[in-house]
Amino acid sequence: MLDKIQEFASEFFVTGDPLILGAQVSIAIAMVAIVFVLTYFRKWVWLWREWLTTVDHKRIGIMYIICSILMLFRGGVDALLMRLQLAVPNAEFLHPEHYNQIFTTHGVIMILFMAMPLMFGLFNVIMPLQIGARDVAYPFLNALSFWLFFFGAMLFNVSFIIGGSPDAGWLAYPPLSGLEHSPGVGQNFYIWGIQISGIGSLATGINFIVTILKMRAPGMTLMKMPMFTWSVFSSCIIIIFAFPILTVTLALLFLDRFLGAHFFTLDGGGNPMMYINLIWMWGHPEVYIVILPAFGIFSEIVATFSKKTLFGYKSMVFAMLIISVLSFFTWVHHFFTMGSGADVNVFFAITTMAIAIPTGAKVFNWLFTMYRGRIKFTTPMLWTIAFIPCFVIGGMTGVLLSVAPADFQFHNSYFLIAHFHQVLIGGVAFGYFAGLYYWWPKMFGFKLNEHLGKWAFWLWNIGFYVCFMPQYFLGLDGMTRRVSTYDFDMGWGSLNMVSTVGGFLMGIGFIFQVWQIAYSIKHHEKDVTGDPWDGRTLEWSIPSPAPVYNFAVTPHVEHVDDWWETKQKRAAAGAAKEPRPVYEPIHMPKNSAIPFVKSALWFFVGFGFVWDWMWMAIPALIGVGICMLARSFTYDDDYYIQVDEIERTEAALRGVKA
Amino acid sequence: MQQTKRTLRRALPMLLLLAGVLLLSACGEQPMVLDPKGPIASDQKDLILISSLLCAVILFPVLGLTAYIVWKYREREGSTAAYEPHFSHSTKLELIWWGIPILIIIILAAVTARYTYALEPTKPIESEKKAITIQATSLDWKWLFTYPEQGIATVNYLQIPEDVPVKFELTSDAPMNSFWIPQLGGQMYTMSGMGMTLFLQADHEGRYYGSGANFSGEYFGDMKFFVDVKPQSQFDAWVQEVKASPEKLTNDSYEKLAEKGTSPVVLYSSFPEGLFQRIVTKYAPGGHAHGQHNEPTPQSKTDPVQQPLPDAKEDHTQGGSTGTDHSGHTGH
Amino acid sequence: MAQAHAAAKGGHGHHDHGHHDLESMKTFGFWLFLITDCILFGTLFATYIVLRGNTNGGPTPEELFQMPMILAETFILLTSSFTSGLAVLAMHQGKVKQLIGWLIVTALLGASFIGLEIYEFVHMVHEGATISTSAFLSGFFALVGTHGLHVSLGLVWMIGLMIQLRRRGITPVTKRKVEVLSLYWHFLDVVWIFVLTVVYLMGVM
Repeated sequence: MLDKIQEFASEFFVTGDPLILGAQVSIAIAMVAIVFVLTYFRKWVWLWREWLTTVDHKRIGIMYIICSILMLFRGGVDALLMRLQLAVPNAEFLHPEHYNQIFTTHGVIMILFMAMPLMFGLFNVIMPLQIGARDVAYPFLNALSFWLFFFGAMLFNVSFIIGGSPDAGWLAYPPLSGLEHSPGVGQNFYIWGIQISGIGSLATGINFIVTILKMRAPGMTLMKMPMFTWSVFSSCIIIIFAFPILTVTLALLFLDRFLGAHFFTLDGGGNPMMYINLIWMWGHPEVYIVILPAFGIFSEIVATFSKKTLFGYKSMVFAMLIISVLSFFTWVHHFFTMGSGADVNVFFAITTMAIAIPTGAKVFNWLFTMYRGRIKFTTPMLWTIAFIPCFVIGGMTGVLLSVAPADFQFHNSYFLIAHFHQVLIGGVAFGYFAGLYYWWPKMFGFKLNEHLGKWAFWLWNIGFYVCFMPQYFLGLDGMTRRVSTYDFDMGWGSLNMVSTVGGFLMGIGFIFQVWQIAYSIKHHEKDVTGDPWDGRTLEWSIPSPAPVYNFAVTPHVEHVDDWWETKQKRAAAGAAKEPRPVYEPIHMPKNSAIPFVKSALWFFVGFGFVWDWMWMAIPALIGVGICMLARSFTYDDDYYIQVDEIERTEAALRGVKA
Repeated sequence: MQQTKRTLRRALPMLLLLAGVLLLSACGEQPMVLDPKGPIASDQKDLILISSLLCAVILFPVLGLTAYIVWKYREREGSTAAYEPHFSHSTKLELIWWGIPILIIIILAAVTARYTYALEPTKPIESEKKAITIQATSLDWKWLFTYPEQGIATVNYLQIPEDVPVKFELTSDAPMNSFWIPQLGGQMYTMSGMGMTLFLQADHEGRYYGSGANFSGEYFGDMKFFVDVKPQSQFDAWVQEVKASPEKLTNDSYEKLAEKGTSPVVLYSSFPEGLFQRIVTKYAPGGHAHGQHNEPTPQSKTDPVQQPLPDAKEDHTQGGSTGTDHSGHTGH
Repeated sequence: MAQAHAAAKGGHGHHDHGHHDLESMKTFGFWLFLITDCILFGTLFATYIVLRGNTNGGPTPEELFQMPMILAETFILLTSSFTSGLAVLAMHQGKVKQLIGWLIVTALLGASFIGLEIYEFVHMVHEGATISTSAFLSGFFALVGTHGLHVSLGLVWMIGLMIQLRRRGITPVTKRKVEVLSLYWHFLDVVWIFVLTVVYLMGVM
C-alpha cells in the first residue's frame, strides 16, 4: 500500500530538481501565508463579496492586471533562467529537458497568460469608461471570462510542480506533442490550460464587440469613438474569428492523445502539417490581437501628452481594420520552408509585406500628432516615444523575414527570436506598460512615482537593445532557436553573454516597477481631480477611482475628444457654474458566485482529463452543467441604485473638488 | 541632463546597429549567412542585402524624423516652435506616407517573387557537372546521410565534392526537423512520410556548419554536423576509404540508430537497399504504393502522405547517377 | 447597463422599458456567438475534407454509411426546425400552452435524432470503425459528434426553458430566450445540411 502511494507521489509530483523543490517550498509557504493573512485580518468575506463574486468591469480588470503581473514575473524568471544557461558555451546549468520545459512555458505564459490578461485588464477597466457606459454588455459573462482565464492559467502553472511541464514548444507541433513522443501529462496540461482560458477569451471578444456597438453614450457615433476603443473593437473582431480555430485545434490534439484519434499522428492517415496550418491560422492573428490595443493606447497617450488632436483619425481607423483583415491571410509565412511551392510562398510573402503599409501609416500619424504639439515627457509618454524606433526596426526586420527565399536563412534562427521579441516587447509590452502608467490613476486614484518609473523605463529600454540586438547577429551566424547549449568553437559566446546582461537589465527594470508600485502605494498623493494628465476622453471626466456606476449621468457626446472640448468650453465660459445634474435611479447587475464556481469546476474537469481520472472529470462536468442551468433559472440578477445614494456617492467623490 | 539622456536614447538603436556593423567588419569574420560559399546562399545573401536596403530607405528617415520632432516640439520654457492643437488632418501628407510604403512594398514584392521562383528549392542548379544525390534523414537526435550513388552512409557528417550540385532528399523518421547549412543555403523541413528536395552547391573547399534547425525534442541541440567540401578526386578517395571501413548499416543497426539518443560521427560502408524510400513510405498504407508518381516536387500543404515519393527511378533520372551506384541504390 | 436603453431613448427613457433593449442586446450577442460557432464547424469541416481520403486501409464511407437512416435523421431534424418555428409563432400570439406544446414536439424530434445518431455510432463501433481506426473516421466522429453534442445541449436548454415558461409565462426575458433557442436550432439544422452534403452524400457518391 505504502509502495503504491509512494509510486503515485513520485509520478504526481515533480521531484529531483533543486530549482523545482525550491519553487514547491516557496509556493507552499506563500499559500500558508496568504491563508494566514486572510484569516488574521478576517478578510475572507470581504474577498468573496468584493472580488470573487464581483461583476464590476473595473474590479475584473484589476484582477486581470494583478494576475498578468504575477505571470510576467513567472515568464520573466523563465527567460532569465534561459539566458543564464546560454550565457556561456557548454553550460550545464539546466538539463536540456528542463530547458525545453522552460522555453515552452515562457512562450505560453508570456503570450496567453501575460499579454492577453494585461490586455483584457485594460479593456475592462478603461473601455466602458471611454464610451460612457455603466458596464460591459454582459457583466456576468465578463466575470466568467475572467475566472475561466484564471483557472486555465492555474491549471497550466500547476504543471510546474505536479506532473511536469509541457516541453514541445509554445505551439506544440505534433508529432512531437503527440502521445508517442510526449507521453507525459505535460501536454495535457498545455491543452486544457489553454483551452479553458481560450473559451474565456472568446467570450470576452463577443462581450466587448456588443458593448462597443450597443452601449456607447448618446451622440458618440462610431467615428467619434476614442482610438483605444477602436483598437479594442478591431482586436475583438480578430478574437471571434481566430479563437474558435484554436479551440478546435486543441480539441483535436486532445482526441489524438486521449482517444487515439488520427488527426495529427503519422500513422493512421493523420496529417501533422494540418496542425501547423491550423495553429498558425489562430497564432498569427493572435499577435495582432495583442498588438492592436497597444496601438490604441499609444494613440491616446501621444495625443494627451502632445496636447494635440490625434493626427489622421480616419486613416488610423482604416489602418487598424485593414490590419485585422490582413492578419488572417499571412499564416503560411511561419513555415515558408515546408515546401508549399513558389506560388503559395509568393502569395503569403506579399500579404505579409502588405501589413507593413497600414502599420507604417500609423507610425507617421503618431509622429505628426507630436508635430507642432507640446510634448511632455511623463512616463507613459516615454514608453510611447521609445516604442516608435523600437517598433519600426522590429517591423523592418519583419519585412525582411517576409521575403520568402531570404526567410529560408532566417527561419528558426535567433534572427527570428530577436524580431518577434522586438515587436512583442517593443510593441506590446511597452504599449501595455504605457497604458498601465497612464490609466493607473484612473484605477486607483493616484499616480505612480515618476522618478522610479523613469529608472524602470531606462533599464528596460537599454536592457532591451543590449539583449536583443546581438541576437540578430547570432541568428545570421547560424545559431538556431531552442538549443540549450552550444560549443565554444562556434564563437557565439561573447554575444550571448552580452544578451544575457541585457536580459538581466530588463529584470532589474521589472524590480524597479514593483518597487515603484509598492512605493507609490505608501507615499502617493491622492488625485482629487479625476483628470491628472489633462486627458481628452470621457474616462477622465469622472472621479478616480470611478464609482461603481461609472457615470452618475450618462454623458452626451459631440466630439472626438469630447472631454477636452468640454474643458475648453468651460474655460471659455469662465467661472459659470455647471447646472446641477439631475440623477435617475441606475440599473445595475448583481454579483454572482456562479462564474467563480463554474470556472473552478472547469479546473477540475481539466485536471481530471489531464490525469485520465474520470471520477473527477465527469462529476465536475456535470457540475458545470448545473451551474449553467442555475444561471438560466436566475431571474433576480439586477438592482437599482437609488438617487439619494448616487447623490451621497457623488458628493463624497467630488466634494473635495467643489 | 534630461535632454542628454533623451538624445542618447534616441541615438541608441542606431548606435547599436552601427556597433553591430562595425563588430562584423572588425572581426573580419562574417556571420555565416553573410559569408556564402555556394550559389544558393550567395543569391540569398544578395536578396537579404537588397531587401535591407529597401527597408533602410524608410527606416532611417523615420528614425531621423522621430528624433527631430521629439526634440523640436518638447515642452519647455520659451519654446518658439509652432503649436497647433487642432492640426490633425492633411490629405497631402497622408498620401505621401501611404504612397511611399506602397511603392517600396511593390518593388520588394516584385523582387521577392522573382527570387522565390528562381530559388525554388526543388529547382536543379544549372551546372555542367551532374548533380549527386544525398539523402538526409533526421532521427531522434542525429542525422543519417545516405549516398545512394556511392552506396555509403554517414551519421552527423557530410562530405561533398566542390562545384558539384547536390540534390538533397530530405525526410524524417522522428518529429519534424529542418535541414540547414547556412553557408550553402537556406533550410528545408524534414518531415516523416514526406520526401522533400533541396538543391545546394558548394563553390569553395572548406568545412561548414550544419544543424537541425527545428526543435524536435530533448537533445535536438545535438543534431549538428559539419560538411567538408573537397575537390572531386579527394571526395572519391574518401568514398573509397569509407567503403573499406568495417562498419555496415543493416536494417537491425538502423533500428538501433533510430532509437532516441545522440550519436557521434559514424561512417558506414554500405546501407540496406531502398532504406530511404522505406522510411518515406513507412506510414503510407500499402507501403511503396505511390511509386508511380514521379514529379520531383513532392510538396503539398494538405496531402503529404499521398504525395509522390522520390523513389529509386527518380534517383536515376534526376540525380544523374553515373553507374557508381551500389548497395544503397534500388536496382531496376 | 442602463444606458443601453438610455442611448436608445436619448437619456430620457423609462426604466420599465430597460429590459427590452437589454434583451435585444442579448440576442445580438447570440448572433456573434453563432459566427464563432460557424468558424468552429468550418474548421471541423476543413479537417474532415483534408482527412476524408485517408482511410488507412479501414472501412470507406461507401461501406459505412447507411443512407436510409441518415435521410430519416435529416427528415426528423428538418421537421424539428419547422416545429420550433411554430413554437415561436405561438409565442408571438401569446399562447403559452401551444408554445410549450410545440417545444415538446421539437424536443422529442431532437431526441429521436440523437437516438438515431447514437445508434449509428454504436453500430459503426461494433463494425470496428472507431475514432482510432483511421484519420477519415477521426474526422467523421469529431465533426458529426460535435454537431450531435450541440443538439444534445440544445435539448437540455429546451427542457430548462419549458420549465421557465411554465413558471413565468411569456415575459420579455423568456421571449428572448425562446427566440435565441430557435435561432440556435435553425443554425444546427443548417449545419446538418452541410454535414449531410459533405459527409454523407459526397461520401457515398
